[in-house]
Amino acid sequence: MPLPGIATHGDDPMVPHPAPILAVRQETLDVFTLTLDVSSFARPFSPGQFTMLYLFGVGEVPVSISGDPACPERLEHTIRAVGSVTRPMQELKRGAALGVRGPFGSGWPLEAARGKDIILVAGGIGLAPLRPLIYRLRARRDDFGHISILYGVRSPADIVYQDELADWNDAAGMDVSLTVDHASPDWQGNVGVVTTLLDELHCDPGNTLAMTCGPEVMMRFVIRALNHLGIADHQIYVSMERNMQCAVGLCGHCQYGPAFICRDGAVFRFDGIAPFFSIREL
Amino acid sequence: MSDANEIERFIREHPFFEGMADEHIKRLTGCAERVCFPPGTFIFKEGEEARTFFCIQSGRVALEIHAPPKGSVQIDSRKAGDVVGWSWIVVPYRWYCDVRAVEEVCALAFDGACLRGQWDENPRLGYEMYQRFVPLMHRSLQATRLQLLDIYGAK
Repeated sequence: MPLPGIATHGDDPMVPHPAPILAVRQETLDVFTLTLDVSSFARPFSPGQFTMLYLFGVGEVPVSISGDPACPERLEHTIRAVGSVTRPMQELKRGAALGVRGPFGSGWPLEAARGKDIILVAGGIGLAPLRPLIYRLRARRDDFGHISILYGVRSPADIVYQDELADWNDAAGMDVSLTVDHASPDWQGNVGVVTTLLDELHCDPGNTLAMTCGPEVMMRFVIRALNHLGIADHQIYVSMERNMQCAVGLCGHCQYGPAFICRDGAVFRFDGIAPFFSIREL
Repeated sequence: MSDANEIERFIREHPFFEGMADEHIKRLTGCAERVCFPPGTFIFKEGEEARTFFCIQSGRVALEIHAPPKGSVQIDSRKAGDVVGWSWIVVPYRWYCDVRAVEEVCALAFDGACLRGQWDENPRLGYEMYQRFVPLMHRSLQATRLQLLDIYGAK
């Protein structure tokens, strides 16, 4: 029986499909993007959704889809090599295979954003789950107002999608602002945390939606800064991260108050989870 | 139009001075001059006497700390519309970092000794200026705390 809220397409969502790796791109020293051929079982995905990637014999991890929703048969995932699964995953070459389950979870509110100004705030690899949304915004650029992309990273060497950032700014009618925590003297851009970019933003708060993805502490301070601009909690969407394992709301590892991050998130409208955001034990 | 009028106009238009009384703006104008620095110039260096603060009109500066053996590290940046420098308010009036022009920078430079003299005559002006500098210091402290957390590192 299909599980509520899960697009199974008749498949068992717990069974991974083997997907060959079409391409590996090294974004930074420890961040890489895998392009997977999922044409044999491709299904549409919404920007913000994630899949479970299984490195056979090692383990499974949840990873947001970072590629273009217009090409669901070639799934892209941008991954930081930090754990026992993602480190060996970084060693994989073209032609190797991963198991894929999904897509799962909720997406960014594309339709609710129509006609509005949009602020995207990303930190570190948090730009990856926003990238499919940026592709969609670009494809339907006239449907939206002013689009600001604010991106913060630790250092210039940690910037992902460097070429695309320039393209989004120059050719896609979006304002991309980038800042790094620290840099060598040859860096010509902003230095400081991503919240400092919000200090400079001019927007119509009543007609703006903000979406943010990055480390939770960053999002906490981003939300404060957005509230300070006059953007209310119901106009803010966040992508949450917890220990997601089953991805279908059964195992309970990612329970967050009354919600499961995997099933009800990972994208939440912030007013829905605000009461839990400040509870340190969650 | 005289340079003093230009300076006064810039002060009136700058958000840092928003809402300031005419009398105070005129006193500030008397302590300010226009300065420009070519790219690469050190506007001031760590340990030097802090005599000035700058309201940047155009260009960008980098705040740097020399940290051997890494060399100089950019820890912050400021651009047009921003204010640079508060060490001139705080004894012993020494800069705590280097400030270097990344691009050609033009700014209004306010003479700290002149301003402090004005405050002695008119404490209300001093209060007004502290009301403007304290939020800058607060924002900078908050940002520094986040930088210390290294929030974008491995989760």
